[in-house]
Amino acid sequence: MNWKTFYAMLSRDGHVARRNLIPTLVQNLLQPLLLVFVFGRVLTSGGMMSMKFKDVLLPGIMAVSMVLSGIQAVAMPLIAEFQFTREIEDRLLAPIETGWLAIEKVVAGMIQALVAGLVVIPAAWLLLGSGVNVSLRQPVAFFVICGLVALLSGAGGLALGCSVGQTQIGLMFSLIVAPMMMFGCVYYPWSFLSAFPVLKVAVLINPLVYASEGLRGALAPQVPHMPIAVVLGALAALDVALLALGLKRFRKKAVS
Amino acid sequence: MGIGIRIAELHKVYDSPPPMAARGAGFAFGGMRSGGKKEPKKKFEVAALAGISLTIDAGEIFGLLGPNGAGKSTTIGILTTRTEPTGGRAFIGDYDVWRQPVQVKRLIGVVPQRPNLDFALTAREILLFHGAYFGQSAHERTRRSEELLEKFKLTDRADHMARTFSGGMMQRLSIARAMMHDPEVLFLDEPSAGLDPQTRLLLWELVRDYNRQGKTIVITTHYMDEADALCHRLAIIDHGRIIAQGTPAELKASIPGGYLLRLRFDRLPEGLAAELERLPGVSEVRATEDSSADLYADRGGPLIAAIVNTAQAAGAELRDVHISEPSLETLFLHHTGRSLRE
Repeated sequence: MNWKTFYAMLSRDGHVARRNLIPTLVQNLLQPLLLVFVFGRVLTSGGMMSMKFKDVLLPGIMAVSMVLSGIQAVAMPLIAEFQFTREIEDRLLAPIETGWLAIEKVVAGMIQALVAGLVVIPAAWLLLGSGVNVSLRQPVAFFVICGLVALLSGAGGLALGCSVGQTQIGLMFSLIVAPMMMFGCVYYPWSFLSAFPVLKVAVLINPLVYASEGLRGALAPQVPHMPIAVVLGALAALDVALLALGLKRFRKKAVS
Repeated sequence: MGIGIRIAELHKVYDSPPPMAARGAGFAFGGMRSGGKKEPKKKFEVAALAGISLTIDAGEIFGLLGPNGAGKSTTIGILTTRTEPTGGRAFIGDYDVWRQPVQVKRLIGVVPQRPNLDFALTAREILLFHGAYFGQSAHERTRRSEELLEKFKLTDRADHMARTFSGGMMQRLSIARAMMHDPEVLFLDEPSAGLDPQTRLLLWELVRDYNRQGKTIVITTHYMDEADALCHRLAIIDHGRIIAQGTPAELKASIPGGYLLRLRFDRLPEGLAAELERLPGVSEVRATEDSSADLYADRGGPLIAAIVNTAQAAGAELRDVHISEPSLETLFLHHTGRSLRE
């Protein structure tokens, strides 16, 4: 393992991310924050939604922002760099095992996911106005879940970025990202799906479910949520699976 | 101390389109679907290399010459750790390319066929980050990038994004990047494709200059003149096999009857052409207009005395002679029966 090369590649990604900071933030956070405002502020103040909805929404929005930022930070650049221009080649020729470049991309994705999470909490809180009943009641669980969700975001971005071609980006958003957001228990607790038993089981393959439920359990335990232990186990298993899949696909793409 | 290259019995069969080719548009997430359907899907298979063995000496400019699709880029791909061989072994210095890729990557610099510059960065950043990947100190990489930007005439555009560059500038930046970490072996895959003649000459000069520092250079080309002018030794590749190798002069001398002597006499008496054809080493004589003749032979200069004597015996005088040496183009034609451009 060559830490100098690893660090240099990480600082390259950091450099590019800082250069695109404003567009990236707008791309990742504007839509969730607008949703927060409309559903959490406008509809609740008009009485169409209960004030309690604010507590459901805030952890969910944090989860979705973190997970999507990984797709934005890892999958999209990978798709671009692996396309016919092979921009990634200069790093594949750097003196380090190929797999570490994939790990570096995951770490870069994790950092961006954590930044997205950190930015969205205060922003959403401000937008929601008064009546938010959310607090850091389980700090340890909260930080562990944040780490696992960040890894989920980076590893998921790697797996997706190495599986989707340039021409299929639109398809990726409508076929994978949109259903993931809608069935990711972002806007409702998982227990609300009891009326749809098939769906309730089917959504369990969606990693976003565990991210939303876990953050809800840590920040707003008064809202119904999955047990934290289940969330931790599921997130860890999905992290490992997505990382293994991503590494395998990355190697296949990197070497002809 | 330079680094040499050794390749033994290299084979490569692609089972998916190589990266240079356009990628398929299949949406492939997760595992491939397993068989069991009516008939197995026709497998993609392209044999790119069919057993290539060669040795490239330290400090030499070695050329791989051949038409498109001959296996040149695949050979470079394997030597630069980017392509996994199906069989055979390749060594850069003492390192097995496929088993010790990290050590190999430290020794090599690669200029790809198509510029693969990092489009998210400026020209200067591309060089600086490249130096950082290779563990250069901040001071060293700043100094070296300045030097290279100057040398490759990119200083005034150094802080522009590389994606805004013209083809020629991208090519120059690619070469500068490959030299940034001062590699012992430099690979250039079709470096002069699409360059204007002036830039091409500049490129040749830069390559020779780098070679003078004792570095080994491997270059692929399908331009005969480039191979002839630049390379110390050459291998001609066609259909994944080496069909000839040696110095450009050796290779050219290997073609029988490859010399062309254009002779002009004061007059061309009856029977002189037939007499000339009987000289040793002459394969064909064609009389042309104005008392001239084209003589094809396996040698050039050594024939002149005999030609003069034969002409005198027939009552004619040799006025002018022009000898064309065999070219690599004729060589390729001789070995494959095809022109390089076909």
